Amino acid sequence: MTQLAENKFAHQPQYRRLIDRQRGDAFVRALRERGIERFDEVGFPPTTDEDWRLTNVTPIARVPFALGELTEDESARELAARFTLGDAAATEIVVVNGHCSQRLSRLGKSVRGDTVTDLASALNRHPHLVEPHLGRYAKIEANPFVALNTGFLHDGVCVHVARGAAVQKPIHLLHISTQGETPTVSHPRALIVVEEGAQATIVETYVGSPGVYWTNAVTEIVAAPGAIIDHCRLQQESHQAFHVATLAVHMSEQSNFVSHSATLGAALTRNDLTVTMAGPRAEATLNGLVILSGRQHADNHTLLDHTQPNCPSHELYKHLLSDTSSGVFKGKILVRPDAQKTDSKQTSKSLLLSDTATMNSQPALEIYADDVKCTHGSTTGPVDEEMVFYLRSRGVSMEAARHLLAYAFAADVTRRIRVAPIRERIEDFLAAQHGLPRDLRITDIGAHDEAAR
Amino acid sequence: MALLEIKNLHARVAAAGGRDILKGVNLSIDSGQVHAIMGKNGSGKSTLAQVLMGRETYQVTDGQVLYQGKDLLALSAEERAREGIFLAFQYPVEIPGVSTSYFLKAAVNAVRKHRGQSELDAFEFLKVVKEKMALLKMDQSFMNRAVNEGFSGGEKKRNEIFQMAVCDPKLALMDETDSGLDIDALKVVAHGASTLRRPDRAILMVTHYQRLLNYIEPDRVHVMLDGRIVKSGDKSLALELEERGYDWIEHEAA
Repeated sequence: MTQLAENKFAHQPQYRRLIDRQRGDAFVRALRERGIERFDEVGFPPTTDEDWRLTNVTPIARVPFALGELTEDESARELAARFTLGDAAATEIVVVNGHCSQRLSRLGKSVRGDTVTDLASALNRHPHLVEPHLGRYAKIEANPFVALNTGFLHDGVCVHVARGAAVQKPIHLLHISTQGETPTVSHPRALIVVEEGAQATIVETYVGSPGVYWTNAVTEIVAAPGAIIDHCRLQQESHQAFHVATLAVHMSEQSNFVSHSATLGAALTRNDLTVTMAGPRAEATLNGLVILSGRQHADNHTLLDHTQPNCPSHELYKHLLSDTSSGVFKGKILVRPDAQKTDSKQTSKSLLLSDTATMNSQPALEIYADDVKCTHGSTTGPVDEEMVFYLRSRGVSMEAARHLLAYAFAADVTRRIRVAPIRERIEDFLAAQHGLPRDLRITDIGAHDEAAR
Repeated sequence: MALLEIKNLHARVAAAGGRDILKGVNLSIDSGQVHAIMGKNGSGKSTLAQVLMGRETYQVTDGQVLYQGKDLLALSAEERAREGIFLAFQYPVEIPGVSTSYFLKAAVNAVRKHRGQSELDAFEFLKVVKEKMALLKMDQSFMNRAVNEGFSGGEKKRNEIFQMAVCDPKLALMDETDSGLDIDALKVVAHGASTLRRPDRAILMVTHYQRLLNYIEPDRVHVMLDGRIVKSGDKSLALELEERGYDWIEHEAA
């Protein structure tokens, strides 16, 4: 781990330059200082740290990344055009190398009650909305990468959905990384606050141009009482990129949060998804899909923290692994003493399409209440031969049957995604990977409706 | 020429040290005929159906199977399907994520392509399907559901016969289609299957009980015991088995 120690302070000159340029208000300055101090103290996590045992971040620590700058050049514009949700989105904010691009974004005046701005403006104009939440849920003590992200906090996205508002179309946060002279790092930051009884669909997309770069993202979501949030996260970074992200969700009573997370890109991915159910009768649903090939590695850590009674939670994570790719899933369900009548179900299923792909799936239940229902199940294996034979007995070739079953395995998750363009993007990716026709899209015929939640 | 000619067929479980299951089966079926194979559990009757479909978990160790005068054992399962053989499974497999509609269209078009016919488009396919769905008293929503996922036992069996109707086979193998069905479900399934009896199609039914045969009268009934057909007769044999059980056959064969 000497490599990690050597690079521990590599970010310092960048940090000093940032501090010189961006004074910010006292609140943000204090946050940044605490973040960078924490990172200086702990550095990159070694594999001797239990939480990082199966993901070695040395390849990230080794690269001398430069801090990403805002650019609206051709590659940024091309990516924005390719991944826009267009008319399907209510608003779209484009973040390039960690900086909001006013030019590429489509914000407009909202009459629906949602406000989407860059974080800096939000801090200036509405500090009372931002300061109680920013940095409170994604804790710098919990994860060195959150500390580093917080240390570089200077720009980002703030989404605010006013009390009782119902935003029908998704709000799209499109994060783009472009290639410069040297590999760059960006620390995208988003704060999403959905007020009492309001309803919103949030889409976060992470993409980049080919090559090495590092995205170190943090998103915090606050669900006020009775808020309904559908969060959709598509990570389709370059296959040479590194992607480390924390999504921290704070749920109040009777709120409902659904997460759809798709990991398709990056050489190395680490996602930490933490959901704190801080009020009674809150309901959380976490759906995850990880599709890896080549030598890709992805590690998903999820935590469902039940602190209050009568909260149901549902979790389904699926990994589809080919070649020598590797997946890690650690799903923790924490039921605290007051969280009686918790009803939690976790399922992890992994399909290995080659003999050299590996999967490590660990459920972790920690239960301190006595009247609860918690179940978990984990299966990992190759394509089911019974299913293959069933298809072959109907005239489908062995090859086609295997591809179809790989697709179907993933479609079981994609069909739950209610944002059609995102669902279709993932399905097209899969169909292309498995040489299948587009008319395969089972979701075209509405099969997702009953299963979607 | 018989449609299907089985001569001295021997097969065993393909895994190392696998048991011998079929120990010399002889059977000849003509187009237009319905044959029933009856027998106790473990007699080898389901294995015979699976071997005929080309399941690789069984290994043929001796004997010959001719289908339309050609060596059936040389063909893969998918080639057999395309040549017009259909197996209605005893335990239909659930395939989450694949809609019944897509599954069936793939099946129908695999056969059509093989026969040199043009593939059905969505509209033509729907027309074929609607007619057969009415036959099996199936709801339209069926097509949008994932294959067999969350289906009741009766729905799964109905789905098998529905697929059989859509796939239009020359040789239909029905493996314990009546098992696990209540009387109402049995009626629907049996009625559906009986309408599929045609002069240009042979049906081989594997069954434990006689009750399905009330709806589809077999031309021939065979009794299997320890991997061999030990007795054959007309439909009255099935009634006799229902009345007397299988023990007397064992004594007779011993």
